[in-house]
Amino acid sequence: MFFKSVLVIFTLLTASFSAQAGLNIQHWQTISGTRVYFVENHDLPIVDVSINFPAGSARDTQDSSGVAGVTRYMMTLGADGMNEEAITNAFADIGAVFGGEFDLDRAGFKLRTLTSEQTKALETFNKVLHQPDFPEAVLAREKVRIVSGLQESATQPESISSKLFMKALYGSHPYSLSEEGEVASVGTMKVDDLRKFYQTYYTAKSAVIAMIGDMTPAQARTIAENMSAGLPQGPAIAKLPDVAPLAAPVMQSENHPASQAHILVGQPGIKRGDPDYFPLYVGNYILGGGGFVSRLTEEVREKRGLVYSVYSYFMPMAEAGPFQIGLQTKKEQANDALKLVNQTVALFIEKGVTEKELKAAKSNLIGGFPMRIDSNSKILDYLSVIGFYQLPLTYLDEFNSQIAKVTTQQIKEAYQRRVKPANFATVIVGAQE
Amino acid sequence: MHRYLLICLAFVPLISQAEIQEFKLNNGMKVIVQEDHRAPVVVSQVWYRAGALDEVNGKTGVAHVLEHMMFKGTKKVPAGQFSRMIAAAGGKENAFTGMDYTCYYQQLEKSNLPLSMRLEADRMQHLQITDEEFAKEIKVVMEERRWRTEDKPQSKVNEQFQAITFRAHPYGRPVVGHMNDLENMTAEDAREWYRNWYTPNNATLVVVGDVNTKEVLALAKQYFGPIKARALPPRKPQVEPAQLGVRRAVVKAPGKLPYLAMGFHAPVLAFKSTTTEQAWEPYALEVLAGVLSGNDSARLNQKLVRETSLALDVGAGYDTTSRGQHSLFELVGTPSEGKTVAELEAALLAQIELIKTSGVTQKELDRVKAAVIAADVYQRDSVFYQAMQLGQLETMGYPWGLIKEYPEKLKMVTSEQIQAVAKKYLNQDNMTVVTLDPQPIDPNAKPQGKPHVH
Repeated sequence: MFFKSVLVIFTLLTASFSAQAGLNIQHWQTISGTRVYFVENHDLPIVDVSINFPAGSARDTQDSSGVAGVTRYMMTLGADGMNEEAITNAFADIGAVFGGEFDLDRAGFKLRTLTSEQTKALETFNKVLHQPDFPEAVLAREKVRIVSGLQESATQPESISSKLFMKALYGSHPYSLSEEGEVASVGTMKVDDLRKFYQTYYTAKSAVIAMIGDMTPAQARTIAENMSAGLPQGPAIAKLPDVAPLAAPVMQSENHPASQAHILVGQPGIKRGDPDYFPLYVGNYILGGGGFVSRLTEEVREKRGLVYSVYSYFMPMAEAGPFQIGLQTKKEQANDALKLVNQTVALFIEKGVTEKELKAAKSNLIGGFPMRIDSNSKILDYLSVIGFYQLPLTYLDEFNSQIAKVTTQQIKEAYQRRVKPANFATVIVGAQE
Repeated sequence: MHRYLLICLAFVPLISQAEIQEFKLNNGMKVIVQEDHRAPVVVSQVWYRAGALDEVNGKTGVAHVLEHMMFKGTKKVPAGQFSRMIAAAGGKENAFTGMDYTCYYQQLEKSNLPLSMRLEADRMQHLQITDEEFAKEIKVVMEERRWRTEDKPQSKVNEQFQAITFRAHPYGRPVVGHMNDLENMTAEDAREWYRNWYTPNNATLVVVGDVNTKEVLALAKQYFGPIKARALPPRKPQVEPAQLGVRRAVVKAPGKLPYLAMGFHAPVLAFKSTTTEQAWEPYALEVLAGVLSGNDSARLNQKLVRETSLALDVGAGYDTTSRGQHSLFELVGTPSEGKTVAELEAALLAQIELIKTSGVTQKELDRVKAAVIAADVYQRDSVFYQAMQLGQLETMGYPWGLIKEYPEKLKMVTSEQIQAVAKKYLNQDNMTVVTLDPQPIDPNAKPQGKPHVH
């Protein structure tokens, strides 16, 4: 399951958005300045829509940690006089599925509805977007729930390790802030903080709408105009600060009664649109991204049986997202496993990859293309990433040819330049006492 | 990526109008094909009617261990090559084991379907389980158990819950196996399992995607057709004796929040159509689960989380189908700070009492039905999900035609029927309760080393 979830993130954020002829993306801007990405498809009587804002946890500060996430969540719990029960029921009554997403960069909402119910579904969806009420009593209740959740997370090795890891990688950069916030900052959060955050970050100019399904282009335009027009009309949002590379190695270990040690190793990685993206991406497939055929899996799991899961990935973000290697292993063998991981990475960087490995990697990444866009829900997510990070529309069509161009020399050179094991941050939770 | 467990059997089988065709090869292997031409892809799954349900004491977890060993090579396709060949074709593959079945699948560009069939047919007949590979892989499975169960407090509660709910029925055992059984498992145990259950007459091939049904059948005949059937071990009926009073247990594990899992023995749909209560009771229980926790405004969350703040989380769940012909109606939740698991238990039971005395509203019924109608359309967006439904039903022993009647049957459920099943099954003598008593982690543990500062 863990492997699975890692791969989902991986596919969504770092895998190809290669489109082939047939995936015709229509792109325009609404009158209020919202960028729209639309694919018309009448195979199923379904409409899928998402809207995203640069309102992820990186917009928080140490003192306001959690405001971004709570703002998004509270928008769904009261809007234009509809209370939380009425909002949920309005979607449930017509079988619509209302959800959303939240990460370091992005906050957004997602809607899936039958074509026949789209008017009703969008009416409620737009209320949430345009007229959030942020009811005081609901916030008070949710703060208690969130704080309890944070206190529980603080006892579980998986959450402890990922929190320490992000702190070690990003120091005072806002990427170090927890998506869920902190006990203290959530405790002092006020309705006014959420209102201000909403007014600042949920602006029409910063929003990105993605749509796919059973709509004509004219209908899609109307839907997007309505969605965009009611948003705050403030200025576009400034970019996040740059991420500094690690200047020295960090090693943190923490005791925990769990039977396994949770180990994370890495450094800040790359941004969206980085010129080294393709060599690093193809290289990572060989190092620790390609499921059962990666070097890390081969060395640590297949040959020695030390783990159930070991992986590596680059998560390109608006600023340099993490390059992360992760594994869990019985604590008595944690040091051996970590040593093996470090050796595998060192060898990979020093010697690079073989022609045979490169050929296999390309064959998988290029041959796997049709599965990446085989459903409306997958395409919707790709549209939203392309739009949010302003990747060129041709990026999709060119992805496979970019993969095909990568050479063993480029991979070796890119890894030697960009990945610095001497300065890796290493976090072990559940270290042997 | 490979080889994770599917412990949860729950889903509502509902499906599109697309035509589904079923065939039986001469060796008894079943083939189910559904054409879906929206994208040039295919999902191919081989399901074996062998899961934790078929294990015996002392060898728990062997179904799942064998699933891991299925990637360890044959004479023609040495260890690791299966995954490499699928990867080279651009494919994704995985496998999962549940109580009722073990399933292996590949997702590929459509022209690669023959590769997947060739490889699956090969490992159905020629798997080599060497002592050396077994010794390594059993360690992987033990790490999986540590990660999945040992170090996860709620998983431990669920394991205890299953164990005391089912005293005789194999559903009481963990799919991943007890640690002691894994420690003492041998390569021969895995070989025995393979010999017993991995035969074409115990398997179903499900193919969904941009394919031609006739061509799929021809390929299936070519690759799987020549495999000889073997007699299967007899399957004894396993019936859980009636519960004669409430059962309770407490689990202590590191953590901060308590947790409550409650369950009631409940029926599942019969394999063959019947005119007894079994024909409608499972549908009524399914709708009841939807009324209680089908969405955030459903009764449990609305009353216990939103209105009274008694709980941080609550939920209800029920499966209408299983091969083992037993199901549970479950209620779970986490009490808010300052509230106890006992208070939450009482509040959940009060909600059940309310159903018994007052039934449910037409609006609530309509909402569950709206969800059913919409889900029936939405699932057509995923070829994988459609294949999953077909394979699960077939392997459990149900005709896949059940998929077609399912929405209609759910729509016919009345408030009176819901009251009737609540009264009949959701009562204390039929109830099991397991709670998590969270323990502080070592208060002396301090971080070692200095955090990096930019």
